Amino acid sequence: MFDFLIQGFGVALTPLNLGLAFLGALLGTLFGALPGIGPINGIAILMPLAYTLGLPAESALILLAGIYTGSEYGGRMSSILLNVPGDAGAVMTTLDGHPLAKKGLAGPALGLSAVSSFIGATVAIIGLTLFAPLLAIVAVKFGPAEFFALMIFAFASMSAMMGKDPVKTLIGAVLGVLISTVGVDSGTGVLRFTFDMPELYDGIDFVVMIIGLFAVSEILLMLEHAFRHDQEGEMAPIGRVMVKMSEVLYCKWAILRSSVIGFVIGVLPGTGASVASAVAYTTEKRISDHDNSFGTGNMRGLAAPEAANNASAAGSFVPMLTLGIPGSGTTAILLGALMLYNINPGPMMFREQPVVVGGLIASLYIGNVMLLLLNLPLAGVFARVLQVPRWLLVPSVAILAFVGVYQLHSDLMAIYLMLIIGVFGYLLRKFGFSLAPVVLGFVLGGLMEENLRRALSISGGDVGILFQSGLSIGLWIAAALVVLIPMFAGKLKAKFLPAAKAS
Amino acid sequence: MPNSRFLSRWLVAAVTGGALLAGAVQAQAKPPECIAPAKPGGGYDLTCRLAANGLQDAKLIDEPMMVSYMPGGIGAVAYNHVTGVRDDDPNLIVAASTGAALNLALGKFGLKHKVDDVRWLGALGVDYGAIVVRKDAPWNNLDELMKALKQDPSGVVIGAGGTVGSQDWMKAALMAKAADVDPRKLRYVSFEGGGESLAALLGEHIQVFTGDLAELKPQLDSGEIRILAALSEERMGGPYADIPTAKEQGYDVEWPIWRGYYMGPNVSDEAYQQWADRLRELNDTESFKELREGRGLFPMSKFGDDFHQYVKQQVADFQQLSKEVGLTR
Repeated sequence: MFDFLIQGFGVALTPLNLGLAFLGALLGTLFGALPGIGPINGIAILMPLAYTLGLPAESALILLAGIYTGSEYGGRMSSILLNVPGDAGAVMTTLDGHPLAKKGLAGPALGLSAVSSFIGATVAIIGLTLFAPLLAIVAVKFGPAEFFALMIFAFASMSAMMGKDPVKTLIGAVLGVLISTVGVDSGTGVLRFTFDMPELYDGIDFVVMIIGLFAVSEILLMLEHAFRHDQEGEMAPIGRVMVKMSEVLYCKWAILRSSVIGFVIGVLPGTGASVASAVAYTTEKRISDHDNSFGTGNMRGLAAPEAANNASAAGSFVPMLTLGIPGSGTTAILLGALMLYNINPGPMMFREQPVVVGGLIASLYIGNVMLLLLNLPLAGVFARVLQVPRWLLVPSVAILAFVGVYQLHSDLMAIYLMLIIGVFGYLLRKFGFSLAPVVLGFVLGGLMEENLRRALSISGGDVGILFQSGLSIGLWIAAALVVLIPMFAGKLKAKFLPAAKAS
Repeated sequence: MPNSRFLSRWLVAAVTGGALLAGAVQAQAKPPECIAPAKPGGGYDLTCRLAANGLQDAKLIDEPMMVSYMPGGIGAVAYNHVTGVRDDDPNLIVAASTGAALNLALGKFGLKHKVDDVRWLGALGVDYGAIVVRKDAPWNNLDELMKALKQDPSGVVIGAGGTVGSQDWMKAALMAKAADVDPRKLRYVSFEGGGESLAALLGEHIQVFTGDLAELKPQLDSGEIRILAALSEERMGGPYADIPTAKEQGYDVEWPIWRGYYMGPNVSDEAYQQWADRLRELNDTESFKELREGRGLFPMSKFGDDFHQYVKQQVADFQQLSKEVGLTR
């Protein structure tokens, strides 16, 4: 039954395809590392090139898939080094990745995240190889009601992040949800909060939101420091550059758990790396944050989202290859690329196009190894980026991001919006808000609303639909548990272990 | 520190390189350009690529056509831009579809924008709406589905990839109207695009999907779905030959989804004519026929003034229809 895979390795190991896989991995890492160019745009830019060069379908797909998986690797770099997420899946990576860099552990952080990315992707690719057809059937059973319950679970898990200031976390998440309501209402087509500006009809672009919130506000903070002649939050000198084996082993369960979470969420059509990494991070915090150090540079807090976002990238190939339904925004574009080649991805593809499917899956294995080999030594190089003064580094990255965003919108409005959001982000940070809940509220809130309304349109307004399937009931129970258990656990601990409190 | 110097140099080079690259895009002596009024990767992107790849393969343009993106307002931002800023650019075409005509008819591009504000150039292909059910659905033909709808309009869950008032909704609404059912009584669920709707159909969350014919080919081949009716004028050939039209089953509903282009209002007649001729010529080449088939589009030959009148008529029809289905007054 694995004939297609053997055939696939035959295809993927030809010099041309190996070269393309490497090129894809390299370009993808760069696209991911630059905020503003995510995998979607990277692929959209290179898709016509691959076609114009006259590459055969499997080679083009190998190149584009390399870019996709590579950018999930690359997205972590600016998250860790600059506190600016490189793409959607890398938002959670900032939470512990950047504090690690501040401690002088940028090199090990980059190395560890490369290893967890590798493991996450590998687990997911094996899952893809073994269970794709089976999973696809389960994935479509996941309907609006189940998605809504999943979002509730994700929000409930966020309560784990409410560490020192629960009210501010809550406010931040609600602000994010509020921002997600801008634009055409997805059910009725009514315009909401658009103030007659057509630029706002489609809602606020995720990239605009991220660059504004993280990069622009960072520049504003630096400006403020410069004005006041403050000592800027200096980076610790760069210590060792390689990650230690003991650190990887410390994270092994975090990585494996998150890989599975990421893969499962990636398989579901309609959710991608951002949801996967958020759920993985918050779950991991619940499970293994014993000393409340998540958010201050805990290695597990870094490994979890990185394993998950790479796993979800591979997972999103499952519905694409088996059902012809994109599992993420990026695979939607890959579907379009296949159509340029007269290949209709879907249920028949494994039988009709074994070379393409096998070649793609084999190249995912190979590309993933390449990415690890590429990224481990790069960790040392990129860690040194921090020796460039921040006043030069952050604006340079911001300029690149601005150019990228302008190219995608051909409209200054996007830039203005980004600046406005930047000022907003600056104020939030001055008032001691964490930005991650805002972004999560923004991403999850939109999905939650859409799916709630879909579920209610299906049932004709009967809320019973939300509790009908075993899947959704399970998610509701899980959501309740993640909120309730810590509350009671705290009390129980206080009651039976008074010593624990004192320590 | 030698490393740091190496790195700053490297970084400066990267930044200038990036800036130059961006500058180069701006500074080039006007190559032909196609604006896709959406984010990369969507239907409009593919519409632009259809022209860009086709024209280049057929050597009908000297320089490669640039595709740029202008998302926003389901196409309104680009419409604004072309009617206001680049209104006389002879090298610029903008991708459009039936959806743009519908939005114009519903006033979603802003009430000041009319169909005559741009010059409609031509269409390179067309797809048709389709009424789709799962393979195990209780209805064997359109008539049975329509009778079920008549009996209980909210008893059938219909879903598709657009909001109320979108193309996909219009297909459902027109069907309802043909069965004398009030479209507002339908149980309609909007998803994000055809892919999600199809997943919902296969996962038994919705019962009927009002999709597009050609995008369903893979699932049709595998027997996962049945297409009860094609919303085309007459039966399509090839793999679709067995699918009856709605019309031949007694329900007069048609929904063509053309893929075409428009230009700015003040483009010279000469430039407009030249582009129309180019598209017409492209449409007749053998290599383009393959390209079009690959994109899952059926032929449609309307160019220049012919096409302009077609779109104008369509917008007028849509305005009438939207009143009939209770969308506007």
